[in-house]
Amino acid sequence: MSHDHDHDHEPPTPQALRTEAIESLLLEKGLIEPTAVDEVIALYSERVGPMNGAKIVAKAWRDPEFKARLLADGTKAIEEFDLEGGQVEKLVVLENTPEQHNVVVCTLCSCYPWAVLGLPPKWYKDPAYRSRIVREPRKLLAEMGADLPPSVAIRVWDSSAEVRYMVLPMPPAEVAGQVATMAEAELTALISRDAMIGVELL
Amino acid sequence: MDGIHDLGGKHGFGSVQREQDEPVFHARWEAKMFAIMRSSGLAGAWYSADRFRHLVERIDPIAYLDDGYYGRWLGGVETGLIEAGILHQAEIQQRYVDLGGEPSVRVAARPVDHPDPMGDLPAGRGSQRSVAAPLFKIGDAVVTSTDVKPGHTRLPAYARGKTGQVVQCHAGWVYPDTSAHGKGEQPQNLYTVEFSGQTLWGESSETMSLCLDLFEPYLFATNTSASNLSTSNLSATKVEKNEAPAI
Repeated sequence: MSHDHDHDHEPPTPQALRTEAIESLLLEKGLIEPTAVDEVIALYSERVGPMNGAKIVAKAWRDPEFKARLLADGTKAIEEFDLEGGQVEKLVVLENTPEQHNVVVCTLCSCYPWAVLGLPPKWYKDPAYRSRIVREPRKLLAEMGADLPPSVAIRVWDSSAEVRYMVLPMPPAEVAGQVATMAEAELTALISRDAMIGVELL
Repeated sequence: MDGIHDLGGKHGFGSVQREQDEPVFHARWEAKMFAIMRSSGLAGAWYSADRFRHLVERIDPIAYLDDGYYGRWLGGVETGLIEAGILHQAEIQQRYVDLGGEPSVRVAARPVDHPDPMGDLPAGRGSQRSVAAPLFKIGDAVVTSTDVKPGHTRLPAYARGKTGQVVQCHAGWVYPDTSAHGKGEQPQNLYTVEFSGQTLWGESSETMSLCLDLFEPYLFATNTSASNLSTSNLSATKVEKNEAPAI
């Protein structure tokens, strides 16, 4: 991985040094595997990420029977995708419609459905999003580029327990009539992580 | 607890800053912290996600806002390792200085001398557990607790003492309020409760509604109608489609 290459010229932060201090002590005690860091990077950079959620959304767009199962019991419906990465002991999928928009947050920490969307982006974990989306979702969504007409009801889901939420976005208007006949790869290219959180309209 | 982590509804944090082409980890130390968090749990620094979340909630509040997500984990992990007796803060500090760290920098970890007991190992995989029949059903109006204790809870401050409507029942789950403190899993029924914007934020609220997943001890029956939810276009039939089979 090349994560450090852009940072090589910068002095390590206190957090980086303190993390290294703890890692070295745990290594000496045999409480962390020397390969653990590279395994984490490989897992969440290569195998777990929003591409998995996009496949689920694409299938739901193409296959009404799967979509019905996904909305009825997300946890069971995604079993066939054999996902890893954790944090989906119970998955609830929220369907966006012309009348109802859903958006997901965790105000108390940063709960997020890792196995379907990967690790959350920084903005999802930062105070601005966590403080504002529950209080002025329409205003904040508009600021973020998801400008909803007043006729669309907004429902905010604050993930305060172990249930995890993913939004099933509406397909882009240009392709809405032909999703059933489009290839999976064509569809997944249209589906963004932010749309599956509920802060982007496709 | 009324902690810095309980950010819902706070004013003043400004605009959301989104990065283009954001990497999964911004630096290798963030991935290290992820791996350390997992290994520390396996090493016995905590037995439950609830205890880990509470470790993070208890870090220095300035660091909570300043150090970012993995900086918060650093504070929580260090606190947990010290309180479990796996590492000593002095040896961490010494190693940090040996690596070239500036000794006077603020430390996020806030270990206490007499931490909560570790409690029992989890009674099973995951967090779903068998419980008695739920007290509430879909459609019931409920009012949330206003009883604030100093420990871990998953009822956000902005939703205390508010009337909402049960829109989903999720059966039994480990209770974070006890699990985080080594007082056992004490599983409770969990509900999704929907509140109107006006209920939460007053008459000038945006037209919106908000759903929270709340444990039964946070909730009380109320005769107050949740009819003010009508402004939120609440559609119980739609939510019922998400109902999972009984666990």
